[in-house]
Amino acid sequence: MIAWTIYLTLGGAVVLFFLPRAFVRWIALATTVSGFAIGLATFCRPDVDFAHFTTIVRVPWIPALGMNYQLALDGISLTLILVTGLAAICAVLFSWDVNERAKEFFFWLLMVVGGSYGVFLSADLFLLFLFYELVIVPKYFLIAIFGSTNKEYGAMKLTLYSFFGGALVFLGIIAIYVSGGSFDLSQLSQFQFSSQLQGWVFPILFLGFAVLAGIWPLHTWAPTGHVAAPTAGSMLLAGIVMKLGAYAALRVAMNLLPQGFQMWRNSFAVFAVIGIVYAAAVALRQQDLKFVIGYSSVSHMGFVLLGLATANVFGVSGAVLQMFSHGVIGALLFAVAGTMIYRRTHTRDLDALAAMNLRRALPFAAFTFVVASAASMGIPGFSGFAAEITILIGAWKTYPLAVWIVGAGMVLVAAFTLRALKRSFFDVDLTATSASAPEMEPITIPEKIGASLLMVATLAVGLYPRILLDRIQPAVEAMRFLK
Amino acid sequence: MVNVIGILILIPVAGAIVLYVGHPKNPRVVAFIFNALSAFYALMIWQKFDATTPGLQLVERHAWIPSIGAEYFVGIDGLSLLLVLLTSLVFPFAFSAQRLERGACALMLVMQAALYGTFIAQNFVLWFLFYEMSLVPAFLLIKIYGGENRDYAAVKFFLYTFLGSVAMLLAFLGIYLTRGSFDFETLARFGKSGLIAGNLRWWVFAGIFLGLAVKVPLFPFHTWLPDAYQTAPTGVSMVLTGALSKMGVYGFIRLLVPLFPNEIKIAAPWLLTLVVCSIVFAPLAAWAQRDLKRMVAYLSINHLGYCLLGLFVIAAGSTSSLIDKQAAFSGVFLQIFNHGLTAAALFYFVGLLEQRRGLRGIDDFGGMMERAPLLCGWMSVAMFSSLGLPGLNGFIGEFLIFKGSFAVAASFTAVAVIGLLFTAVTFMRAMQSLFSGPLSENCATFPDLLLNEKLVVVPVTLLMFAIGLNPQFMFNIFNVTVVQMTRLFS
Repeated sequence: MIAWTIYLTLGGAVVLFFLPRAFVRWIALATTVSGFAIGLATFCRPDVDFAHFTTIVRVPWIPALGMNYQLALDGISLTLILVTGLAAICAVLFSWDVNERAKEFFFWLLMVVGGSYGVFLSADLFLLFLFYELVIVPKYFLIAIFGSTNKEYGAMKLTLYSFFGGALVFLGIIAIYVSGGSFDLSQLSQFQFSSQLQGWVFPILFLGFAVLAGIWPLHTWAPTGHVAAPTAGSMLLAGIVMKLGAYAALRVAMNLLPQGFQMWRNSFAVFAVIGIVYAAAVALRQQDLKFVIGYSSVSHMGFVLLGLATANVFGVSGAVLQMFSHGVIGALLFAVAGTMIYRRTHTRDLDALAAMNLRRALPFAAFTFVVASAASMGIPGFSGFAAEITILIGAWKTYPLAVWIVGAGMVLVAAFTLRALKRSFFDVDLTATSASAPEMEPITIPEKIGASLLMVATLAVGLYPRILLDRIQPAVEAMRFLK
Repeated sequence: MVNVIGILILIPVAGAIVLYVGHPKNPRVVAFIFNALSAFYALMIWQKFDATTPGLQLVERHAWIPSIGAEYFVGIDGLSLLLVLLTSLVFPFAFSAQRLERGACALMLVMQAALYGTFIAQNFVLWFLFYEMSLVPAFLLIKIYGGENRDYAAVKFFLYTFLGSVAMLLAFLGIYLTRGSFDFETLARFGKSGLIAGNLRWWVFAGIFLGLAVKVPLFPFHTWLPDAYQTAPTGVSMVLTGALSKMGVYGFIRLLVPLFPNEIKIAAPWLLTLVVCSIVFAPLAAWAQRDLKRMVAYLSINHLGYCLLGLFVIAAGSTSSLIDKQAAFSGVFLQIFNHGLTAAALFYFVGLLEQRRGLRGIDDFGGMMERAPLLCGWMSVAMFSSLGLPGLNGFIGEFLIFKGSFAVAASFTAVAVIGLLFTAVTFMRAMQSLFSGPLSENCATFPDLLLNEKLVVVPVTLLMFAIGLNPQFMFNIFNVTVVQMTRLFS
């Protein structure tokens, strides 16, 4: 049933074109909601085996080359399906006011979502790559047509980085196919690749995928891309697209090439730690609110990579949880900055925002941003804390030094988040200017619903992380590199 | 009636005669009618063709000039059928690109006949006749109907190709004097044990290689191509890249590799170096172009490089398994078809831009997404197909080729992948400066795709998706031929 997430979303994208404009956003909403509902229904079913990557569909596709249309599901995929569905619904809700070329906009948006579902469910390496590349194109158009600041530059940079990563991945996949003789991920995960091959294919594959996850020093597409994208675009980028890279790095590079992973994981851990601290430090110096959030995304994704590099159950499970958590929090932050603030004030400059007394003008936005910042800083009770603490426990076993450095990095994260929060909402002296709150269009109902959904999600997982971890952990334990 | 495949050659010739004698008011309609006839005939042949038996089918053999072993000997196998179908597809597509004068239409039809002839002839003399027959109309089309700089380009094109042909002819005389036959199949049987002894074989090998390498073209024999493609009218450029360049690749598969399997193995590192240069340098050169047509022309060199990469790797690799070779070979065949389709489509779109604007420099456009979203959308599909995006036709062929070549020559493959990246960069930059940005003043009155253009663009694009998503129906055409040829080579 979960396969229908892909068909429904891509089908919805096509159907959009044949309907009158008035229905477009409703169709998009219905599509994304049903996608999420399917994910949730699967999540609640007791009879699904989340511990193993269980095949759900298998149809011969190009038999001459051993390519199958094969989908599979385990706890890791399901977690990411859920965050995809959630981010997609909210992206639609926060694009409710898109009127110009709305059909195209929602078409591209649904293509990104559908392609991402495809990546998370693919059990065939070729199919996975197909979906993975399929996401790049709609993303480009979404930014290049509907974006704001410097949109062409941002879209181009993002696309070129993606293609660069894609070329590396392409090479790695060919190497795997030539020696493994199959595209089937579960078959390949039984195959013993020679250690010499693993030694050079692993870094190619991992790096190729990690480009999309924003690994330092190949992260620079992320802030510019996020800033240039329309709100929904940033939400999808932060919420979903960056996860594609991390997920594929885990599912393909690490799971298929465990020896290569052991050889290289120290280097990638170093990259991850530098990424966490460096991005946080850069975020502290940004004037543009979206740039702050963009760099915070890089910093948070650094945690994911660090978690993956620890190579133990806690670290990797934490990384998957962090993918979920950052998907929700990142989407929420961009929603506030892009739609709630920027659409009304037409500026994202922190100095300009500081003079506006937004707290009075947009109280709901202020509330949402406080919650999102708290979650982003890793305050206990929110999903960010649950994920990061799990990663750090994992890291403590393998890289104790990294934990200390990252700890310092977390202070920086708190510092830039608080700075952004204060400058954007709370910089005006309360008593002096309380009367002069500028007139602004109040926060709309769709915005409120979307923000509430995301806040509930981060709180629910923060308060009771086992709800996801119970399904992630068995799947991680089944992976080969832990044995 | 389908038993006589020679009719395939006669239909376009008849069309040319009708155009010449009849002075029709609208020559393009006549051309379309004859295109439709030959396409229909090609489809009938496809129907008749038994894809499960190896070897030549629908063979016709008549003595022609017995004293020199020249025969009228035609027949088709999977490869010939593939190229016949491609030719039947590219020509109507090219005619739809622009209005051509009566003379140009007639020349195009003659060229079509020559192409059909080249792809079904199985005797060298006959083959060479058609091979040269295509050269003259191409030369005249560039020389008479070309744009700026046409004299230079036409002469350069003619000289390059003609010199190549002469080298090839001399080489074949050498073969004939040794072996006493011009028959492809007979000669291929000698290939294994050495067609010619001694040093002469290298001269002969070099002669044939040169002739074909110029035609494809392969780096460093490619310099005629950008000039010719740039100045030729859109429709002619489409045919040049879509069908004519395939003659070279076809020659490599049909002549060079079967006749000189041992020599190719020895020369393989050098040949592969040239191919990789083609693949990497051509998109770099394309990147530097300001003229869209020239840019597409250079990218064409890159894509044909992939075909030759696959082919040389198959011929050179002794270690790789039969299955690997078959996959790579299928990739080469598919890439031949894909490139024909995609490159022609790209030239078609550049032609549309040129018709609307009068210019085709990359800087002459901007912000077209606002005025002509459909045009931009369909054009980007063609570009994505060309840069090998999964889901579109280009990807499958390139993937198979890279997979095959990786097993044999990993280092060459790794370098060649860079070519993919450069292609992507070139296209992305083109897309950016054409489609996005502020609306250029000159583009403000642009019409979007017109109905008759949609009728051309939509089926072609659907075909790209069909091949990309389910290539099996293409494989069915040439599967048996691939298996048979692979066995021959190893």
